[in-house]
Amino acid sequence: MNFRLKDIIPQLITVIAVVLIFGFFTYNAQINMENRGIDFGYGFLSQESSFDVQFSLIEYDGSHSYFRAYLVGLLNTILVSVIGIIIATILGVIVGVARLSPNYLINKFAAFYVEFFRNIPLLLQIFFWYFAALRALPLPQDAEAILGVFFLTIKGLYVPAFIWQNFNIFFYSIVAAVIAIIVIRIHAKKVQESQGKQIPVFLISIGLIFILPLLSFLIGGVSLSFEVPILKQLATTSFIYEGGVSLPPELIALTLSLSLYTATFIAECVRAGIQGVGKGQKEAAASIGLTPNQVLKLVIMPQALRIIIPPTTNQYLNLTKNSSLAAAIAYPDLVLVFAGTALMQTGKAIEIVSITMFTYLTLSISISILMNWYNKKIAIQEK
Amino acid sequence: MSKVNFLKPDKANLNTFLYLGTFLFFISIFDVFLNSFLNINLTGFLPNFLSFLLPLILGFIGLYFIRIEYSGIKNLDLLNKHINTNNFNAILSLLIIFIIIKSLPPILSWFVIDASFAGDTKDVCMGSGACWTYIKVWMRRFMYGMYPNAEQWRINLSFISLVLLGSVGYFATDRFKKYLTLYYVVIYPLIAFLFIFFFISGGPVFFDFSYGIIAAILSIIIGFFIPNKFRFYYFLIVPILLYIVLKYFIFFEEYIELGKLDGLNWVETGAWGGLSLTFIISFFCLIFCFPIGMAFALGRRSSFPLIRYISVGFIEFWRGVPLITVLFMSAVMFPMFLPEDFFIDKLVRAIIAISLFEAAYVAEVIRGGLQALPRGQYEAAKSLGMGYWKMHIFVILPQALKLVIPGIANTFLALVKDTPLIFVVGLLEIVGMLNLAKTNPEWLGFAMEGYVFAAIIFWIICYAMSKYSYNLEQKYKTDR
Repeated sequence: MNFRLKDIIPQLITVIAVVLIFGFFTYNAQINMENRGIDFGYGFLSQESSFDVQFSLIEYDGSHSYFRAYLVGLLNTILVSVIGIIIATILGVIVGVARLSPNYLINKFAAFYVEFFRNIPLLLQIFFWYFAALRALPLPQDAEAILGVFFLTIKGLYVPAFIWQNFNIFFYSIVAAVIAIIVIRIHAKKVQESQGKQIPVFLISIGLIFILPLLSFLIGGVSLSFEVPILKQLATTSFIYEGGVSLPPELIALTLSLSLYTATFIAECVRAGIQGVGKGQKEAAASIGLTPNQVLKLVIMPQALRIIIPPTTNQYLNLTKNSSLAAAIAYPDLVLVFAGTALMQTGKAIEIVSITMFTYLTLSISISILMNWYNKKIAIQEK
Repeated sequence: MSKVNFLKPDKANLNTFLYLGTFLFFISIFDVFLNSFLNINLTGFLPNFLSFLLPLILGFIGLYFIRIEYSGIKNLDLLNKHINTNNFNAILSLLIIFIIIKSLPPILSWFVIDASFAGDTKDVCMGSGACWTYIKVWMRRFMYGMYPNAEQWRINLSFISLVLLGSVGYFATDRFKKYLTLYYVVIYPLIAFLFIFFFISGGPVFFDFSYGIIAAILSIIIGFFIPNKFRFYYFLIVPILLYIVLKYFIFFEEYIELGKLDGLNWVETGAWGGLSLTFIISFFCLIFCFPIGMAFALGRRSSFPLIRYISVGFIEFWRGVPLITVLFMSAVMFPMFLPEDFFIDKLVRAIIAISLFEAAYVAEVIRGGLQALPRGQYEAAKSLGMGYWKMHIFVILPQALKLVIPGIANTFLALVKDTPLIFVVGLLEIVGMLNLAKTNPEWLGFAMEGYVFAAIIFWIICYAMSKYSYNLEQKYKTDR
């Protein structure tokens, strides 16, 4: 190795500058904290939090620790993100395909949807749904049942709760079905490579995923019943639904706006992906005698997915990060519960903000590492 | 005339099918139209669900009848090709037509027919439509925030002059065209800075910055007389020296306190707000995030490992966290990192935070452009004997930036759409003002109007920006 001064000096200057800036900040932080009598440390996480959270997936009240509050917030963030990602993907794929439709009306309709929703700030959309649209819903006592069991009211959406018996048997049956499908797939691939025969894997898979859980109902003693929410009068003018599961309006507004907004971007990814596959590919595939279904499955989709998946994952990440806007409408997500309430109570700004940022950072970096790995795996092997 | 087979429309019986099909199609649309606009139900005698589905069935049969290939009638062929290629498409087309017809009356009546425009009290808004009076009354607040009414001309004047100065490029003659880049990159942002921080803010800030501007202008003028060889060092040292001399040895502020000079009233940044604040923040963040992003994009592609790692760390950090936590950091954590007597205004803090955040995205976009350039470009530039900076400024960046215009435009759009988040630090731009106005006890219950109004404004801004970027992309598109 041949170290030249010209190579080292710029790096040295940069590093010194970075170190100086950080040193300056740390020094000031130390002095500031000393002056205000705050001590640095993460010990507060095990202390009793003594605040309540409206909506949580795990058992939580004021007597639990700050760490538990952090978990509640994190789970709520994940809940919103997962629901949002599912809806946004379905909607985005439909709209993306619709934008390529030869039908003029459908095409323009999809284009209108995309242009409309992606040019309005997400925060404004969240406010719109939460403060304007959902506030126009009926009171619990005036709500009409949707399909007899769902109740959409100003206080949220009430859905029936599932009451399972022997749920673990049902769960195992699904796991068994998935394993069986994987085994069959591998076997089918081997058979095709060695003998050229094709096994209808898709049909068998669908059959398996329905039949095995069904068997668990018939033989395994699994049963499912529903608990339908029932209107109950608390006082003369105050009504509430009891039983079932209630989804707070914050959650509904947030998932609705997140998925409507992100779906526009996913739709554009899907459109770009399908357009990115050359026309020649389709024609070539058809000319060697593949059926239209095979063309789609073996030629178009693998190539389109290669283009679609990386930007779509990026959109999933964006959705997860955007779910932090929940703080604006008081949905108890990570930012509101932890960086909001917990910070106000403890005053430990540096610790709490750093934990919050670190959580999001871990989430995004792990997904982007996964993405890079996937990209490398599917990239065209150029010689 | 051959036999008419209703299951299989053919060209031989074109007229029969055409008349019948068109008739059925229009009947179905007419039914929906009457139903939605005049509230008349023609098919009320039928069972409920049949009456609901009847237009769809009729329209579907109609479209089925007129689906005749190569009919020889131009319009019919066009119609078939665009909305009526097969059964599935026909149903979707019908559904979309019905949805449009159904949703027009409520939207129209809410927006225009039942809406109230006149007056300036809440009493006029008794109808079922929108209350645009509310927007009218609160217009000044939505546009200028809490900025004092008497001083709002300063914002207007600044924006008008900035727009005029910005449009100089369209009128520049060929002789001055080559200076335009310099103008837009250096001088225009400086003037904008001057206008906004001098003029809109006023007060002590006005004078504090005036030292800087005077120092800059003086040093530029003197700079012309400095020999070329020393200019670099001159510009490194003299402006700062001049600034210090002006600030600490000529006591401008004493004159003001003594009343010898009459400055503009000070309007603190907490009072800025509304749409004008949206513009101010977007504008500054746009100006700042671009060079920072470019620097980090180059840093990430640098051959020096340490610089590369630092750039990667910077970019991935900002891209990995949501903007709201960044703003939280700037609000609650950042003051802890500064010396105690050192205070940075919260607007400035927010601008720094948003700029750094968006800079990471700009960096990634520019890196994409840099990577997309063929290696030959670098090698050709190097073989001409160009150094790193010369190569990038004259060969690489102009081409790379041209490639990434859509990406940069998207980032800027995201920036504009992110500005409402500054509610976290307690600044209220237009969406924040709406939330404030909505809680005013005199004007309760008009949230919808406010949000629709803001949505329209943002939509126009963002849509115009995306269209402009598309034009720009087309303009600079060069075949390679």
